[in-house]
Amino acid sequence: MKEYDLVIIGGGPAGLAAAVAARKAGVESILILERDNELGGILNQCIHSGFGLHTFQEELTGPEYAGRFIDQVKQLQIPYKLKTMVLDLAPDKTVTAMNAEDGLFQIHPKAVILAMGCRERPRGALNIPGFRPAGIYTAGTAQRLVNMEGYLPGRNVVILGSGDIGLIMARRMTLEGAKVHVVAELMPYSGGLKRNIVQCLDDFGIPLKLSHTVVDIQGKERVEGVTLARVENGKPVPGTEEHYPCDTLLLSCGLIPENELSRSAGVTINPVTNGPAVNESLETSIPGVFAAGNVLHVHDLVDYVSEEAAAAGVHAARYISQGQSPAGKEIPIRCEGGVRYTVPVSIRPQELETDAVVPLRFRVGNVYQNKRIVVYAGETQIFQRKARVLAPGEMETVNLKASVLQEHGDAPEILVKLEDA
Amino acid sequence: MKKVNLICIGCPLGCPLTVEMEGDQVLSVTGNTCKNGDKYARKEMTNPTRVITSTVRVTGGKLAMVSVKTASDVPKGKIFDCVKALKSVDIPAPVHMGQVIVADIAGTGVPVIATKNVDAC
Repeated sequence: MKEYDLVIIGGGPAGLAAAVAARKAGVESILILERDNELGGILNQCIHSGFGLHTFQEELTGPEYAGRFIDQVKQLQIPYKLKTMVLDLAPDKTVTAMNAEDGLFQIHPKAVILAMGCRERPRGALNIPGFRPAGIYTAGTAQRLVNMEGYLPGRNVVILGSGDIGLIMARRMTLEGAKVHVVAELMPYSGGLKRNIVQCLDDFGIPLKLSHTVVDIQGKERVEGVTLARVENGKPVPGTEEHYPCDTLLLSCGLIPENELSRSAGVTINPVTNGPAVNESLETSIPGVFAAGNVLHVHDLVDYVSEEAAAAGVHAARYISQGQSPAGKEIPIRCEGGVRYTVPVSIRPQELETDAVVPLRFRVGNVYQNKRIVVYAGETQIFQRKARVLAPGEMETVNLKASVLQEHGDAPEILVKLEDA
Repeated sequence: MKKVNLICIGCPLGCPLTVEMEGDQVLSVTGNTCKNGDKYARKEMTNPTRVITSTVRVTGGKLAMVSVKTASDVPKGKIFDCVKALKSVDIPAPVHMGQVIVADIAGTGVPVIATKNVDAC
């Protein structure tokens, strides 16, 4: 098998943007490995519009957004292999993969970019009692069936979880002739964008029941109905049960970065994000292995995936040209006061160009109003911004100036927190 | 006079808006905390529009379906008519992104275009 300097695992939005940026930064020898039969990843089934407002200043559908990057990959003649499954990533960066044409093969690249994306949390991870009949799908599976295969998975639908894919599928199933009876959300707030609640539920009169969950699924061969109940303090409240006859239950209950390969390589995983712990160069605990996109942490907008992946591509290019990872003092980043995690988890200020900017991305653990996002280097406050509203469904970004970080290069840690405004 | 409640989609704040209507006329918008809320409420009450996305069947293609959208926004009340009109459409492969699938969907004067390439098999 031909050898490549850079192997990118995954041909979705992250992999495509990383490949384009790495080539533009001078990497000649790049290979993208994609397990599906086309490039574009999950965007191919996201036929709704709303993508690319930040990147292209226009509202594109998922396939159109993917198309812009696929065109660039083709123009730059970056090679890719489709229907190719990566089976293993070794600590020495040996990539073992297989497909029908090449059989089983190994590549020994100088650098790897992890861009495998994420998966939906399945029923088995949700502790819903009842039989295991047909008719229970994750929202994304239903999305693929409807939008790509042309099948309608059911006619009477209940949706558990108000993540964006669930909301989008409530509208999509309704347009295709199904009756969506209700969307139930365990939390007292929706994890989806406001825009989707209005345009996917309110437009069609679909009720959203907050603080509700599925406590029973009826039916042995096929779903015949589900029982919802109100939830208080994490427990269903007896006497609040409501029965909904239906043939289909869709689950939109969170996304989990897909890191089997990262784990097999021995990459350190951040237990909060379930993605690799990376430094300011998006480099994992293994030098020369980078990560970007939803494999790193679940994003709200694909625009930020592309931006992050492009940065990973540039950093991988630098690693390949220098042959090693720069050694510099690494300052850990800690978060508290409502900030659940940060990406990256550490910064090496001396590694940065003086005019560079380090985007610090994070999510909060609850809905907050009238707060300030504050960043400290040691005891010194180096950043602050007012935030009128913060919600777990929206990713936040704080841009730290390299020059400021370098001034505080001796700080024992960087702290990110929310304070009252 | 009637009152209508809306949620503003302008930003994550999601202000609860109350619109006072007299027939087709907006009398007042309250509950918004910025001017975008007022603008959104007036548009929603007088001329709500949406870009519609859906799929149509492809014959002889590598994929069974191609994704499509209305080339611009159409009146909200026409959503179901548009999707219904697309049900009977079969488009032969190859299909190119931007290709007109239906020249005038459901009498709106707006074309429906493909948002994806589908090669012939």
